[in-house]
Amino acid sequence: MDNVIIKTVELSKTYKAGEIEIPALKSASIEIKKGEFIAIMGASGSGKSTLMNLFGCLDTPTSGEYFLDGQNTSKLTKNEYAAVRNQKIGFVFQGFNLLPRTTALENVELPLMYKRTNHLKDYSTKAKLALDKVGLSDRMHHVPSQLSGGQQQRVAIARALASEPSLILADEPTGNLDSKTSVEVFHLFQKLNDEGITIVMVTHERDFAMFAKRIIEMRDGKIIKDVAVKERLYAAEELKKIEAETNAE
Amino acid sequence: MQPKIIFKVAVNSIMKSRMRSLLTALGIIIGVAAVVVMVAIGDGAQLQVENQIASLGTNLIIITPGTSTTGGIRGGAGTFNRFTMDDVEKIKSEAVLISGVSPIVQSGGQIIGGVGNWFTQIQGVSPDYLEIRSWNLKSGEFFTERDVMSRAKVCILGSEVADNLFPDEDPVGQQVRIRTIPFKIIGVLKSKGQTAVGTSSDDLILAPSKTVLDRLSGRRFISSIQVSAASSDKNEAAQAELKSIMRESHKLEQGESDDFTIRDQSDLAETATETSRILTILLASVAGVSLIVGGIGIMNIMLVSVTERTREIGIRLSVGARASDILIQFLTEAIVLSLSGGTIGVALSFLITYILNNYSDQSAYIKPEIIVIAFGFAGAIGIFFGFYPAKKAAALNPIDALRYE
Repeated sequence: MDNVIIKTVELSKTYKAGEIEIPALKSASIEIKKGEFIAIMGASGSGKSTLMNLFGCLDTPTSGEYFLDGQNTSKLTKNEYAAVRNQKIGFVFQGFNLLPRTTALENVELPLMYKRTNHLKDYSTKAKLALDKVGLSDRMHHVPSQLSGGQQQRVAIARALASEPSLILADEPTGNLDSKTSVEVFHLFQKLNDEGITIVMVTHERDFAMFAKRIIEMRDGKIIKDVAVKERLYAAEELKKIEAETNAE
Repeated sequence: MQPKIIFKVAVNSIMKSRMRSLLTALGIIIGVAAVVVMVAIGDGAQLQVENQIASLGTNLIIITPGTSTTGGIRGGAGTFNRFTMDDVEKIKSEAVLISGVSPIVQSGGQIIGGVGNWFTQIQGVSPDYLEIRSWNLKSGEFFTERDVMSRAKVCILGSEVADNLFPDEDPVGQQVRIRTIPFKIIGVLKSKGQTAVGTSSDDLILAPSKTVLDRLSGRRFISSIQVSAASSDKNEAAQAELKSIMRESHKLEQGESDDFTIRDQSDLAETATETSRILTILLASVAGVSLIVGGIGIMNIMLVSVTERTREIGIRLSVGARASDILIQFLTEAIVLSLSGGTIGVALSFLITYILNNYSDQSAYIKPEIIVIAFGFAGAIGIFFGFYPAKKAAALNPIDALRYE
């Protein structure tokens, strides 16, 4: 149990649209160990985003149980949910979700501001460290509109890292990025994963899923496939290839 | 979150949309400025009225002769006149709650001097009289106790008398004849204009009481006694003191009714103050309506702001903000907006008051407490009208908020 970070038992979620009930997730049971790098794949409507929201404590399941870091989340209050989101999980979204007209540094400081346990007097130091990790310390006073897509996503990753979570949840993190920038983002993810952070991401593209260590495939709210990646891709090498190609042209 | 951070976040988001914030605060700015200026005008008017009442004589107490009862038939006020200089002397030596006392010896007559003649009333008073009525001299000086004792033939002209007899020169040092007796003019009173009841207090001549008593009226009794209380809060105690002195002076037995009446200006003052107080309330309530309209403006903008910033709320929730954090943030924004609106409003009201006082006839006076009240109101409006939008923002579901486009 110690090295298991996520464990779900018969986790289900049903949305209600008026009278009609839409089952988005049907009895999913998964176990994810610390240090894993998971890619969740599936067509839209397959329930992968629902699963991510449940993982991220953004939503509550209709039935079943979800253990995060050994803690049964179904018994938590709303405020405890907020605390879990704040301390245990870092989110990376497809649309970056940075606050507009707010500098990169202030965006990264955001989760630290809501930290309740041992108030941080100097949270900007911590935020700067996170920005340094994603290689954007020279852009910390830029607002999102002054940054490229890749840079914005790196700010978002820095924000996810700021509160030093053990789990990063990424919902199609490269959906809005070109392939080279995407590979750069995966390079960053692999580096963070090597440092021991568990990463769970949703992706559409099988090529990108190959950067993970394990792939979970979903269809119609059910997990249909759960396999380890055999020929894992390494973003560092891929980047070298891309550079070689551009140089050859 | 720590209060410092909450405040910082609120100020940041206000500054990020300056124009919108300014327009929102404008309602409060105008509302607060209107309330403060309106109340200041009301208070200014009240102050004017109070000053006018004070010009009738600060803490003035008038003792007039009472009624006489002869064989069961009661006469009217003043029918029994027994006031003498002894009464005045007794008050002067025994009363401790007063700052001045003067007899009034009424007389009248034709005044001849300067460019012609003039009929006016002559009042014999003591040197305290100027202070009792809080009158001032335009030129010259007032007579002294020595002039009273020596029955000196000196007089002070009211400004209207001076203007009629000496239109082109300073009457001080000149002579007039009151009836047939020559008097030296030693001073002229400053014009006081019409009194509240419409009579002119400028058309008179003041002379030492004993001079008038012995040389002009030829009577032993004086018409009334005017006293000024040491201060306005001692007014009632002074009246009680005077009553016992007068009773003793007139040797009235226990159970015997007073043969004098003591009056003060408080009735008149109360009526006038009440009138201007009603005016102030009226003005303030009209202005208060605009303050409430300003509050509704804040609610309106905050509601729009919640919708517009749904995504921001979603982001904040996803990184671990509690619903209460969001509530407090929006509430703080509303309060900061209304309080800064209040600050600007108060500053504006000072400017308007300054302009009114210096460039118009209207006088306005800002009481310190009204600023506190205006601020309190602005803050209360921020809380009241900011609460609903803030509550709405806090109730958002993180996923829905994040998906909001």
